[in-house]
Amino acid sequence: MEAEALDLKEVTPVAGAQLRQRMAAFLKILRDNGFLVGLEETQDCMRFAAAADIGRPAVLRGGLRSIACTRQADWERFDEIFDAYWLKRGIKGVLRVAGTPPKGRGARKLSEAGAPGGSLGTPDQTSREGDEGIGNPADRQGRREGASASDSLAEADFRHLMTADELERVHELADRLARRMRHRLSRRERQRRRGRRLDLRRTIHRSIGRGGLPIDLAWRKRRHKPLRLVVVLDASGSMSQYSTFFLRFIHGVLDRFSEAEAFVFHTRLIHVSPALKERNAAKAVERLSLIAQGWSGGTKIGESLAAFNRHHAARVVHGRTVVMIVSDGYDTGTPDILGREMAALRRRSKRIVWLNPMIGWEGYEPTAGGMQAALPHVDLFAPAHNLKSLEALAPFLEQV
Amino acid sequence: MERNQLSDSLAEVGYVADSQLAMALWLMGSLERPLLLEGAAGVGKTEVAKALAQIHGTRLIRLQCYEGLDANAAIYEWNYQRQLLAIKAREGRGESAEAVEKHIFSEEFLLERPLLAAIREEKPAVLLIDEIDRADEEFEAFLLEILSDYQISIPELGTVTARSIPLVVLTSNGTRELSDALRRRCLYHFVDYPGEDKEVRILTARLPQIDVNLAQQIAAFVAKVRKEDLRKVPGVAETLDWAAALVGLDVRDLAAEPEVVQDTLLCLLKTQEDRLALAPEVTQRLLGKVA
Repeated sequence: MEAEALDLKEVTPVAGAQLRQRMAAFLKILRDNGFLVGLEETQDCMRFAAAADIGRPAVLRGGLRSIACTRQADWERFDEIFDAYWLKRGIKGVLRVAGTPPKGRGARKLSEAGAPGGSLGTPDQTSREGDEGIGNPADRQGRREGASASDSLAEADFRHLMTADELERVHELADRLARRMRHRLSRRERQRRRGRRLDLRRTIHRSIGRGGLPIDLAWRKRRHKPLRLVVVLDASGSMSQYSTFFLRFIHGVLDRFSEAEAFVFHTRLIHVSPALKERNAAKAVERLSLIAQGWSGGTKIGESLAAFNRHHAARVVHGRTVVMIVSDGYDTGTPDILGREMAALRRRSKRIVWLNPMIGWEGYEPTAGGMQAALPHVDLFAPAHNLKSLEALAPFLEQV
Repeated sequence: MERNQLSDSLAEVGYVADSQLAMALWLMGSLERPLLLEGAAGVGKTEVAKALAQIHGTRLIRLQCYEGLDANAAIYEWNYQRQLLAIKAREGRGESAEAVEKHIFSEEFLLERPLLAAIREEKPAVLLIDEIDRADEEFEAFLLEILSDYQISIPELGTVTARSIPLVVLTSNGTRELSDALRRRCLYHFVDYPGEDKEVRILTARLPQIDVNLAQQIAAFVAKVRKEDLRKVPGVAETLDWAAALVGLDVRDLAAEPEVVQDTLLCLLKTQEDRLALAPEVTQRLLGKVA
């Protein structure tokens, strides 16, 4: 092993100039396809090519795959690209992708989701958004004013807000609310952190000068463990009057929680956190609305949750996760599936909050079949038809 | 070691590796880069490191990651009890504080943890960093630093440089997305559930007494079970357990003894839901396809 290791380390990448060029072109295609291939990887590939018996495609394939892949998705696509380039098979598909270098992962996900990519915001939105920074003192003042001056707005059902101006003000409020929820949660973290542990390593160090008597105690701070919030939003037709508002709300929440993930479902489930990394709220919401509008047909809450449990839950839901589902519970799928998936989700998460805008309607009872099946597994079932009802959530989240 | 030789040696120690994995293991040694293994639980990721240590005849040093794992538990720690005793014992001797400090922060009081132990081995050890996705992001960043420099600085002692560069194997079950930086530092291999043929080879390698016919039936049956909608898909370890149970019960033909098959399914299925999902009729149907 040793001798071999030296061999390969010392081989200067002097593989024939032609091979080097072909290799570089191949690595460029990989990069264009989203592989993380940098200078170091390129050098390793050259070294490998110079040392190994790469006359055999199988050897070349194996080596390049180990070096160039960094994740399962790469692993699964590698063969196709390799074949297209080195063996001239199915070349069209790869070259098409190769022309469009991905601009970060968010953009890639979005284009995969089938929504039109590219810039969506208009200049005037950009300048307006620029005005409301986080640490802006004027903004802080605005918050206080907003709370008192907008009481009527806070109670208005989101359905009845029609004008663009009103909507804009609601968005602002939602943004602030999200910030406040974040603030409540972080206060809770601070309290938890008050518990201290003795730092033995430091204490002993300090005790030497005192003949081993640990007089100056060194303390260690509690590890900081933030809550994680996962929002699953129903963007179906029956929820359409609410979804723009909640998208804005989710954007605010995601922006302020260090650990938060968002999903939107309709007839199928889409992971939208990457699209929401966009700092400009209006742009992000517009992007999301495009994703959400793309579908039609009934809502499949059960199936969407099943997809969530199967593909995402292991990664995004852990014991300190609060799952927030925003939906009216009108499910065109079978209630059984919804019940089963809710039970599965409950086992994984800390709390499940179900926000239902319909609760605010007079005379509404959660009789929808889906809602009935889901209720036993929900920790908090709350209205979410106006800002006041959302604010009422904060105390609950504080106790989580 | 030559590449071809590597896959032969792996076979000798009972690990059935495909050529892609053999290539990755070879590159690991030649490029001196860590190997990141991803895949579902139970596909034999940890076994790779064990086999690697065995064929190189070196120590396997294992660091099991968990949430909250910190540098103290991963690199080194001082032996506080002994330090306290040493200070007390020297109390009357009138030594200066500096001398005492020098004494109690010497090698003698240092407790090696896996990362330090791995780089201080004379012969390159195999360092297995198991389930890295369970550790926190800070730890990942910290690990990245060690994996690129192979040196550790201990404020009281100085910098410890590596005596040998260990062969580092990282495994991940994908419970958390790893950072791009760590992924780029590593070679990558995705471990999938073995195909039928490979599983037969694994069975015969690990259970030499098994009848080849039975091994084929087991592999075919397990392959069918994995296609069912299960919460916990049985891994290779489960297949081996089940095969051992069947061999122990003297089963020769799965189709001939459906009751035994049904009763021993507990080796394969680890949740109540899955056991209910594989009702006797379902098992019958799957057995029908296998035989």
